[in-house]
Amino acid sequence: MSGNRFRSVGVAIALVLLATLPLWVGNSYYINVASQILLFAVFALALNVLVGYAGLVSLGHAGLFAIAGYAAALMLQAGYGHLAADTAAVVITLAASAIFAVLALRSTGIGFLMITLALGQIIWGIAYRWASLTNGDNGINVATRPAPFGINLTGAPGFYFATLLVFLLALASMAVFVRSPFGASLRGTRDQPLRMNALGYNVWLIRFFAVLFSGFWTAVSGLLFIYYNQFISPQVAALTTSAEILLMVISGGTATLLGPVVGAAIVVVMKNVVSAYIERWNLVLGVIFVLIISFMPDGLVPGSVRLWRWGWQTVRARLDGWISSPVEEHGR
Amino acid sequence: MTTHRRTVLKGLLGAGVSAVALKAPTVLAQTPVKIGLLTVKTGPLAQGGIQMEQGIVTFLKEKNYTLAGRKVDFISADTGGNPAGAKTKAQELIERDKVHVILGPLAAFELLAITDYVRDHQTPLISLAAAEDVTQRKANPFVIRPSATSAQCCHVMGDYAAKELKYKRAATISEDFAFGYEQMAGFQRVFEDNGGRVVKKLWPPLVTPDYTPYIAQIGNVDCVFNGFAGSNPVKFMRAYADLGLKGRIPLLAGWTAMDDALLRSLGDEAVGVISVAFYSADYGSESNKRFVAAMQKDYGVLPGGYSAGMYVAGQCVEAAVQKLGDAGPDGKTLAEALHQISVADTPRGPVKFDKYGNVVGDVFVRRCERKGGQLVNTVIKTYSNVSQFWTYDEKEFLANPVYSRDYPPAKYIE
Repeated sequence: MSGNRFRSVGVAIALVLLATLPLWVGNSYYINVASQILLFAVFALALNVLVGYAGLVSLGHAGLFAIAGYAAALMLQAGYGHLAADTAAVVITLAASAIFAVLALRSTGIGFLMITLALGQIIWGIAYRWASLTNGDNGINVATRPAPFGINLTGAPGFYFATLLVFLLALASMAVFVRSPFGASLRGTRDQPLRMNALGYNVWLIRFFAVLFSGFWTAVSGLLFIYYNQFISPQVAALTTSAEILLMVISGGTATLLGPVVGAAIVVVMKNVVSAYIERWNLVLGVIFVLIISFMPDGLVPGSVRLWRWGWQTVRARLDGWISSPVEEHGR
Repeated sequence: MTTHRRTVLKGLLGAGVSAVALKAPTVLAQTPVKIGLLTVKTGPLAQGGIQMEQGIVTFLKEKNYTLAGRKVDFISADTGGNPAGAKTKAQELIERDKVHVILGPLAAFELLAITDYVRDHQTPLISLAAAEDVTQRKANPFVIRPSATSAQCCHVMGDYAAKELKYKRAATISEDFAFGYEQMAGFQRVFEDNGGRVVKKLWPPLVTPDYTPYIAQIGNVDCVFNGFAGSNPVKFMRAYADLGLKGRIPLLAGWTAMDDALLRSLGDEAVGVISVAFYSADYGSESNKRFVAAMQKDYGVLPGGYSAGMYVAGQCVEAAVQKLGDAGPDGKTLAEALHQISVADTPRGPVKFDKYGNVVGDVFVRRCERKGGQLVNTVIKTYSNVSQFWTYDEKEFLANPVYSRDYPPAKYIE
């Protein structure tokens, strides 16, 4: 009971902090960094559906991310409106996710990882080499950000609020998904695929829908990315992007709601803010990951929760012992 | 105001030195010029990126961190060599640090990712990256380029190979990316317009462990023009010599493929290579002598195009700030001033800009020689006042598509 109240207070505080961030952060640069954290958090949440809840590690998600980005950028360049371009981008990415799923779900574990890796590299190759379509490594510029309902997203705060809204929707959808029968069955396919099969669940189909669900939010984050950067080039589709997002998920904590968000925050802050002060920020990031893996192998969020509970229980045990039975203890 | 650790240090240093050396406290009364550098200090492009920083720091040191009576705040940012990083770091420099002008970035894709952004934020940018269209079909009033477009030097090489070296048949080889395409296209166009024929175009990937299969395809030609960049030219030239082609087919090179800064990594395989570049450490201008001496003293290296490009960029900032006088180096006015200036003495010779913001200046043809044990790129011919359009009509040039893998079409491929 008190734990629940504690949690709701925490959520309320976090919401207030996030909603007022542009006010207390001040400089638009830091607002932009916050937008980046949120958009990568959406991406990491999407990947976490597979990595965390389905037990399927994908190294090809940058490909899906880039498909959404390129589809929208090309449509916009061809003169379509934002709504049409974005809708088409999501549909195309879902179709690509379905193809990914059909090919990659023939196996699990390392096999799944390798197939997604190959698919991601194919997307990278197309983006890089099909220059007449994608403009090769010179990339495509996106001239404007959309103005949904007449709200201008050009400035840093406007874009931040739009990203925040999308992020909260993504987070809420994840929360619903985790609690839903679908989420439970997906976890079932992760832990006991054979038993799930014996119980009459279609393991393949459950995983297929999980890939689509993940692909949908990957597409949305891809759209946020191109609207944020107003530019897309093949680097986005590269393996390093996939690996970076996977690191976000793993370092924050797989199969948790907040893990990918925390992971995204660490990586984005290290890459963009700390790198201004420490030339060898890559090294620092590496050390942080090693520390996380060494001391909190299940990720920062579950690790911290464990640490907190352990600390709290130790303190309470001491307090209890001290209050209820000092005499007894001394009497011994 | 947010202040940078590095800025504070350098600012103090600069202020201290200038106050002592020049005894000119009035210098400090005017608002400082804030210069931001977008460079690459991590990842595969770091070598060129570090040279960029050395170049601009050398210039600022020489000026005691004071340009035209204004103190300089210098802030350096590492983009990591990717477009998204360049964008974020440009935001950091413009929105957080409020710089007046940005120098860099290094790679074309980084530049293309931020050109719209600097225009929207009215911050002038002095580019080193070579992407043609930034000063052509997508010219941007906030961007100038005192180095060269990808093809600017290669046009010269096409001319020199056809007219002076009398070569008839050429093969080209370069990395499979836009900088390579634009370089090779420029060479091919001028070479073929002067009677030559490009009979083979080879495109190894950016990361190629072994160039042997590509070199084996070169076949029967009078010369090979290569446009490699980064550390690839070192690998390529070694393979070229090892396979016995060095003595048989003369090798020509673009500026990144035979940059002076690369010479210390090269050996006999480089001797005799003829290259074109917008900068040569060998060049005899006063500022170049100072620059080369300072680079050797501070860093123990021979400067190349990356560091010289940034030194010249610094001179452009100085000239523009000087031109503005009391007006202050702000956004639009500074961008306009940067387009109008000309600098007479730079390490690459006199520099002025066309209306698209690209440099009109000297291009050097050099031959690599061994002098007293050291490799040197000796200037054998100087082409003066070379424009990005070469001798072509500007309108016609811009009406054509941008140089690419397929344009101009290679008609003589065998």
